[in-house]
Amino acid sequence: MNDERKLCLSGKGLTKVFGLGRQKTVAVDHVDFAFHEGEIISIVGESGSGKTTLAKMLLGLIGETEGEVYFQGVKRDIGSQKKKQNYWKQIQAIFQDPFSSYNIFHKIDEVLLDCIRMRGGGKLPHAKKVEMMTEACSFVNLKFEELTNKYPFELSGGQQQRLMIARIFLLKPKILLADEPTSMIDACSRATILDFLMQLRDEIGMTLIFITHDIGLAYYVSDTVYIMEKGKFVESGSADEVILNPQQPYTRRLLNDVPKIHEEWDLSTV
Amino acid sequence: MGKVMLEVRELTTKYITRFNEDIYAVDHVSLKVEEGKSLGIAGESGCGKSTLALSLMGYYFPPLYYTSGDIIINERNISGMDPDEVRKSILGKEIAYIPQAAMNALNPTQKVINFVEDVIHAHEPTATKKDIYDMARQRFEILGLPAEVLQKYSVELSGGMKQRTVIAISVILGPKVLIADEPSSALDVTSQKMVIKMLRDLMDRGMIKSMIFITHELPLLYNVTDDIMVMYAGQMVEHATAEQAVFDPLHPYARGLMGSIIVPESGLRGHKLAAIPGVPPNLKKPPSGCRFAERCKYVTPTCRAVSVNMREAANDREYRCIFAEQELREMYKNE
Amino acid sequence: MKHILHEAFRSPKFVTGFVIFMAILALVVFYPLFVTDHPLAIIGQGTFFPPGIYVSVYDTTNAPQYTMMLPEAEGNRIGAKLGDVEREAMREWLIDFGIPRAEIDIDDTAKLMTLWDAYYDPALRFQGMTSARQKYFARLDASLEGLLVMEPRVIAVPNTETGAFEASQSIELTDFVNVNEVANVRVLPLGTDNFGRDMLTQLVSAIGTSLQIGLVAGTVATLIGLTLGLMAGYIGGLVDDVIMFFTNLFTAIPGIVLLILISYSIGQENRGAVTVAVVIGVTSWVWTTRAVRAQVISLRNRDHVNLSKLSGHSIFHIIFADILPYILSYVVMAFILQISSGILAEAGLSILGLGPKTTDVPTLGLMMRWAMIYSAHILNKWWAFFPVIVAIALISFSLNLMNTGLDQVFNPALRE
Repeated sequence: MNDERKLCLSGKGLTKVFGLGRQKTVAVDHVDFAFHEGEIISIVGESGSGKTTLAKMLLGLIGETEGEVYFQGVKRDIGSQKKKQNYWKQIQAIFQDPFSSYNIFHKIDEVLLDCIRMRGGGKLPHAKKVEMMTEACSFVNLKFEELTNKYPFELSGGQQQRLMIARIFLLKPKILLADEPTSMIDACSRATILDFLMQLRDEIGMTLIFITHDIGLAYYVSDTVYIMEKGKFVESGSADEVILNPQQPYTRRLLNDVPKIHEEWDLSTV
Repeated sequence: MGKVMLEVRELTTKYITRFNEDIYAVDHVSLKVEEGKSLGIAGESGCGKSTLALSLMGYYFPPLYYTSGDIIINERNISGMDPDEVRKSILGKEIAYIPQAAMNALNPTQKVINFVEDVIHAHEPTATKKDIYDMARQRFEILGLPAEVLQKYSVELSGGMKQRTVIAISVILGPKVLIADEPSSALDVTSQKMVIKMLRDLMDRGMIKSMIFITHELPLLYNVTDDIMVMYAGQMVEHATAEQAVFDPLHPYARGLMGSIIVPESGLRGHKLAAIPGVPPNLKKPPSGCRFAERCKYVTPTCRAVSVNMREAANDREYRCIFAEQELREMYKNE
Repeated sequence: MKHILHEAFRSPKFVTGFVIFMAILALVVFYPLFVTDHPLAIIGQGTFFPPGIYVSVYDTTNAPQYTMMLPEAEGNRIGAKLGDVEREAMREWLIDFGIPRAEIDIDDTAKLMTLWDAYYDPALRFQGMTSARQKYFARLDASLEGLLVMEPRVIAVPNTETGAFEASQSIELTDFVNVNEVANVRVLPLGTDNFGRDMLTQLVSAIGTSLQIGLVAGTVATLIGLTLGLMAGYIGGLVDDVIMFFTNLFTAIPGIVLLILISYSIGQENRGAVTVAVVIGVTSWVWTTRAVRAQVISLRNRDHVNLSKLSGHSIFHIIFADILPYILSYVVMAFILQISSGILAEAGLSILGLGPKTTDVPTLGLMMRWAMIYSAHILNKWWAFFPVIVAIALISFSLNLMNTGLDQVFNPALRE
């Protein structure tokens, strides 16, 4: 493979087991991966494939049972709260359901101020903070003057997801992990969200990891696609390779089951 | 031209909120579904497509109220009919309805066969258990559902199986129209495909005479229905064959919607998606002019001033815009 | 918060409960401003004075007198001592004695009294007559003494030198005094208890103490339950297992048994109201713990908590800002229920004699206990226990109503 690119996030034998004894379930089963800097990666799987568990492990929200995660080639160490905070300056996330992603008791200002504080701007003068928040909001085509003193739940789903992107704009992480960022919003808002994500990626040069069940979306946005089934990666490679010329029966089935508009949708294979 | 199974003329229904405000979620909608045909309804959430589904059945309960218009099912006008009467003589027999979460509607303490018995007994009180079982078994097998399902409790079935079971039960009386509101959105792609295949089978075998399919997933709609109707802010804005609606939409909103389709097919990777800025209008106070004006690229002052009606275009199509078909095509060409 | 309060006051149930509770609270706060007696001061020499207005007989003689000619005065005077029951009883005695029924007219007071005075003999005991009945007739006879004597009464004062009584004042049948002009009048709206203490003053004070006990017990139980529930739910793992072990242990042992054992081992002398409240609190936290834990478990994996973590917030910040506000409604409702059950638990304990020390403060439970010990319920002294029951019922009722009202505010699905 082309190893001129710098490794950003990689993993070896990453495994997550829930429960003990008879109730043991292996959610993620010895997966290996290598994400490079600036790359757009999609991890595609159906519900229950373990993709969300993997995402949480990558984010460091849950511990791994076995295996290692390497961040920029070095073994990740998030043993203490301090180290975790440092790690989270590098990797951030956007979640599936914008309506449950915000603390309903906190105003939009607090959400954005948190990000400024995390980037070490807690002591900046208030005017400067407002300027930064205004810039972040205008990046995603929102008006900060209209949002200030409002609560996130007063916005539509699409707007909330854009606010999430504004948050990332302020945080400028190395890696952004987007867990089904468009599955809860309408098709036309989806285009807007994807546009902003791509713009943001170009602007701050981050690595984007999409976690999705939508193989169409994965094909549309990503450079590299990983197909996940029952906790394992069954196929991976460049988007064109994997989607247009799938090798594994599981990938073929997934592709087959998705309705298309240019090719005949073969219903007889159910 | 086939026999008209369902015809709706200028149907208007409203919600009355807790604060006594009227929200016209379905605003002068007209449509026609012929025997053997299926109609798809597309639109973003809040556009009134699910309310339209409820309204079509003539079965109103607060906070939804009938305001005006006609609903004619199989040559029988049911608008303004008493909800009890609708429930007894229309639902199940003339119209069947499958909501998105239909699979959660099965009482977990009952076996599937009990639901079938309930449905049939409501209309044929004399049917014996054996007759019902034989009939249900035959039906289920035709539709590709194993007969053992009848003896199971709903919790023993997977999501996709449950949804297909519910559909099979809903159509057991042979309704003239099946209204399916996002019947597969909560399912994974494989189960979704099975549900779609089943709906196709039902149509092909004449177990349902016509179908209205509601979803926001356009590739799905394209593959399931003959015609597509696009709704925006409680109104119909485009009505055409599925082919025309997806590849040659006339209304700017429909065009935006179709431009946002993402499918895993070669050549579609990285093309520019059409994004529609802004949010739909508040239906408590809809704008007097074109409802899409605020978000439309081609807006003119006239759009905001005059109310826009549906107009006809070539090939039996309809759309709601002040521009003529030719003008729209010119504008789209110059992009 | 403002919104929740606004919604709460739109709920008729909450408002009803709130008004009742506030009325009780107002009584507890304002009553002592008007009646400053110590609630446990013994004012009556004797048990269970019935509710009424008590007028000093001595002061009545010193009050200015007015003459009023009231036609019904004589009838009332006789009626007060010779009611229908007494007349029936007299006829019964006379018939037993041998007077033919026809000769006895119980409506004619003068004739009846003549017959009675002529034949009644306290020593006679007819067949089948209980000794209690015999005594009753003796008391009746004594009370009828001088009933028909419509003569003025003379008050005699001993002469300081000779010791002989000298008439000082004559009280006519038509003499009246104005109650307002009598120096000493005491209103006892609920009479007195077995010790001769003013029931109303005691009851108000007892409601106050019981509310405090409920508040302390509720606070203790809620604090313990909340802390343990948050720890078990949020930290999980071994901490959860240990806490749940103890919670299950406490659930399995009936709370009342534990309560009785602890109260008993503390001993009568050490049991102040606060001690009892704390004991009630530490035995009733289990349900709060369970409810909080369940809520926290469902919350801790929510995306807003994950987002807060990713924003670098500490565990305390997450618990206080991202979890606590979401479960506050449950905690408030649990707290209200704990207050109500704390008051009931105190009443239960006190009836068993395991309540607070009796000499310090009255509590609702203690009042019930004394009423029971002195057989108020058997003696038909309703004022000694019925108002207490009503008070307990009203407090629980109002708290539960508020709770139900809040429940409907927090869970819109329950709204009618």
